[in-house]
Amino acid sequence: MAETAARAARGKGASKGANQPSISKDQLTRAYRDMLLIRRFEEKAGQLYGMGLIGGFCHLYIGQEAVVVGMQLCLKPGDEVITSYRDHGHMLATGMEARGVMAELTGRIGGYSKGKGGSMHMFSREKGFYGGHGIVGAQVALGVGLAFANWYRNDGAVACAYFGEGASNQGQVFESLNLAALFKLPCVFIIENNKYGMGTSVERASASRDLSKNGSPWGIPGEQVNGMDVVAVKEAGERAVAHCRAGNGPYLLEMKTYRYRGHSMSDPAKYRTREEVQKMREQNDCIETARKMLLEVFDAREADLKVIDDEVKAIVQDSAEFAQTSPEPDESELWTDVLVESR
Amino acid sequence: MTQILMPALSPTMTEGKLARWLKAEGDAVKAGDVIAEIETDKATMEVEAVDEGTLSKILVPEGTDGVAVNTPIAELDGGAAEAPKPAAPEAPKAEAPKAEKMETAKPAATPVPAQAAAAPEKDWGATKPMTVREALRDAMAAEMRADKDVFLIGEEVGQYQGAYKISQGLLDEFGPKRVIDMPITEHGFTGMAVGAAMTGLKPIVEFMTFNFSMQAIDHIVNSAAKTLYMSGGQLGCPIVFRGPNGAASRVAAQHSQCYASWYAHLPGLKVVAPWSAADAKGLLRAAIRDPNPIVFLENEILYGQTFDVPTDEDFILPIGKAKVEREGTDVTLVAFSIMVGMAIQAAEELAAQGISAEVINLRTLRPLDIETVVRSVKKTNRLVTLEEGWPYAGIGAEVAMQILENCFDDLDAPPVRVHGLDIPMPYAANLEKLALPRLEQVIEAAKRVTYK
Repeated sequence: MAETAARAARGKGASKGANQPSISKDQLTRAYRDMLLIRRFEEKAGQLYGMGLIGGFCHLYIGQEAVVVGMQLCLKPGDEVITSYRDHGHMLATGMEARGVMAELTGRIGGYSKGKGGSMHMFSREKGFYGGHGIVGAQVALGVGLAFANWYRNDGAVACAYFGEGASNQGQVFESLNLAALFKLPCVFIIENNKYGMGTSVERASASRDLSKNGSPWGIPGEQVNGMDVVAVKEAGERAVAHCRAGNGPYLLEMKTYRYRGHSMSDPAKYRTREEVQKMREQNDCIETARKMLLEVFDAREADLKVIDDEVKAIVQDSAEFAQTSPEPDESELWTDVLVESR
Repeated sequence: MTQILMPALSPTMTEGKLARWLKAEGDAVKAGDVIAEIETDKATMEVEAVDEGTLSKILVPEGTDGVAVNTPIAELDGGAAEAPKPAAPEAPKAEAPKAEKMETAKPAATPVPAQAAAAPEKDWGATKPMTVREALRDAMAAEMRADKDVFLIGEEVGQYQGAYKISQGLLDEFGPKRVIDMPITEHGFTGMAVGAAMTGLKPIVEFMTFNFSMQAIDHIVNSAAKTLYMSGGQLGCPIVFRGPNGAASRVAAQHSQCYASWYAHLPGLKVVAPWSAADAKGLLRAAIRDPNPIVFLENEILYGQTFDVPTDEDFILPIGKAKVEREGTDVTLVAFSIMVGMAIQAAEELAAQGISAEVINLRTLRPLDIETVVRSVKKTNRLVTLEEGWPYAGIGAEVAMQILENCFDDLDAPPVRVHGLDIPMPYAANLEKLALPRLEQVIEAAKRVTYK
């Protein structure tokens, strides 16, 4: 079975001391830059939230950056991405501009949705990013729809549907797995297992101890992946995307990851210890791992990385300024975009 | 001698085809013997004898189409009791609407050609008679021919040819990639279709009935209707959700519900409810072409009814425009879907009693063409609304309130709503009849507002 082969292949990532890294210096540099951009962006968003400039819900991606960044290394223009409400990282990774994302967080006209969507609802058809969805699990069925469109058009594109381990228990997720397998749709299902659905640990929410097997009743190959390691993510992602692109139907990846921050900004974090979080940060941080690999395996210089750090800092700073100076949407925007006005 | 009658295979069947006799005249039959095969638009079924005897005479030869329910089809000698299954109670007979006046559980509502359309609706020229079922099928076929991004998904739409035979022949013409059978998984396939629509494809999602759309309502509400707004206008969702809505007949509470007010409540959706075959064809074509998500509420009982439909290949009707089906001066009857037929029947009865009723077919529930209703009420000064669904926060309540807001001073009487009772639909035939709006209630309401 494909599943067995995939499982055998797992775990021989470059970071495990293989002589031939499966990632190029350019790719890793790009990944490092994108992960850092997400980290800095989210830290800034947390700060602006604390200042009262961002309202409502704000779910930060800090800690999980390797997942979407690693997957993006496997995609081509025309492929689609869809995710839940913890979505800022996915937007930046697909190439959406930090300015537009941050200005949406502050509810300004310069935001991707003109300030009418907020943190959980941003889209860019140009970048293949289809949201940004606030209803847990809905994006999985929608993502299968993106894959369905690829199948219908026979355009060779692959859709990536991200969801958390919490969403993985939703009924429509299982319906979606069945549909994708039934029609052999080019869909990579990516479970971002960060261990907690809000405050409920995965052990208390799912009877399954291996979510990568969730597609097995329908013959969907699955892998558990170290989601804190961008190289491991990329390797697994390539297997998954190649499988889909070849017309073999869907593929499922369970990314073992971790969010350092609370579920949302208003999370009391009573369900886990500080030590647990601290340990993860110190020993498994995806950005630190990539940084070390760049320096040690690819002989990057500290100065090169400093250039990247500065570039990222400047982008984030600029986005924060833009997000505060862009005006609020005009009152006339209340009534626009309810329906497509045509004919 | 016992007469064997044409049985009803379902509560809504009015007629069927006598496909085949399996016994010949003179044959002996036992109870339980299959004596004939009957076809309807939905199914083929065997007719079993319930009595013993000799088949003395075949009254309806095999191959006969359009045999009305309860027509004697054969005679059996030697039997004592009645023939096969008694026909389900009072299925509407399209041929004999007058006889059905009191059978309001299934408002028969045979279409009266609207002779006096007041609205300046485009004249589409020549017409031909067609059932609502055929009209819906033709609308889909025409749009699928014109646009390869249009496809149909749903349960039993393909190989089975449609649970209600709406998609008959579409699989043959368009193939399995455009007429796609779905597993029973409304939540999943509706989400899938909405996702596909976000990329610009134009799915038609058939719900076997709108009752099952409750499994999928999150995607209709939160994914389809709101995304355009939430994306600042970037991501539209050109999709049609269609299927039979409202009460059928004798299918009890979970299968007899009108979702008009549920969906009409929602900004970001358009909600269409056709009555005639012309409505069905013209509005479904418009719905498929519309760049917005559309809920298209059909009615099972109307599927088999015949109306005149323009033959013009480009025939289409505008969404958001009501139609004055019959002009009048004393009272305005506002209805949609199957209740339009009852409104027209009521108007005829009222005319005989000296009350001139104007009948408005809303056609679209959102956006609501309140202008047409206001224009009418300014003339008649009286309003009666008709709907099969519940009154609470219903379409009638909305129409009446908008009339109060728009032309309160023109009213000479408080508006009256005729509606289904505020209870889950009972199964028992007598109770079901009482739970649905009845013709005499419409007449009574019209008299009440005209103080007659």
